[in-house]
Amino acid sequence: MTPDLGPYAGTVLGAYGVTLLLLGGLVLVSVLRAGRVRRALARLEAGRARDG
Amino acid sequence: MSLWRYANPAEFMRVSGAALPACWALAAAALGAGLAWGFFLTPDDYQQGATVKILFLHVPAALMAINAWLMMLVASLIWFIRRHHVSALAARAAAPVGATMTVVALATGALWGQPMWGTWWVWDPRLTSFFILFVFYLGYIALWEAIDDPDKAADLTAITCVVGSVFALLSRYAVFFWSQGLHQGPSLSLDRQENVHDVFYWPLVLCIAGFVLLFVSLVLLRTRTEIRLRRMRALEAIEARG
Repeated sequence: MTPDLGPYAGTVLGAYGVTLLLLGGLVLVSVLRAGRVRRALARLEAGRARDG
Repeated sequence: MSLWRYANPAEFMRVSGAALPACWALAAAALGAGLAWGFFLTPDDYQQGATVKILFLHVPAALMAINAWLMMLVASLIWFIRRHHVSALAARAAAPVGATMTVVALATGALWGQPMWGTWWVWDPRLTSFFILFVFYLGYIALWEAIDDPDKAADLTAITCVVGSVFALLSRYAVFFWSQGLHQGPSLSLDRQENVHDVFYWPLVLCIAGFVLLFVSLVLLRTRTEIRLRRMRALEAIEARG
């Protein structure tokens, strides 16, 4: 199943590795930040609702 | 029904919240299928050997690097003309995604160029304009971070975006303007004769769809975050005033 990449194995796998690392990292950072901000806003709004 | 109703933050949050799960699922499916097809099921190229598999990363990333900037340009112009905050925040949200796509295109291009051209980098018109586009991305992101007043930041970054669009377009068309570069012509064309071979064409189209859907998902998610941050700052300002 795994293709024979011959002398270019390092080049091709490196390209896929760098891409997956960069895009995966961007998705992870974006999702974590979105969750953090959503929770912080919910806390702020809950505090305001409590204080009237 | 008017498109402008999505400029209302509450409406944008409602519609984007409903659309996001489907966008993520479609992005994962298209990217997974396209990359698996391209990596495992396509043959080596008769000239480039196995390095042709980098095509499925490099072309979609380069395409999105340019189109992300053009999306930011449209959003910036909407901000200029109609002063919709959501459009300014969408442009801000798209910048790190476009910058990452540019790094992916530059990195995969360097990795591909080394065995094919015998060099990681050359000051070829397309590569140079792409590098300048990356610098514009960094400047755009830095400008947003540097200015406290969000409206002033939106104005100045929108101007940066308009100026940078010259390089976004140059990145796309440099190969037509200057013929002395090492970089080949476009891999996809409306002229079937100029397209890559069919065996590479369909997985490439699927990968491009995957990158577009990933970009849309990330921009929607990040715009929602920017809208929430803006609301938080507004609430904190109200509390600070007592």
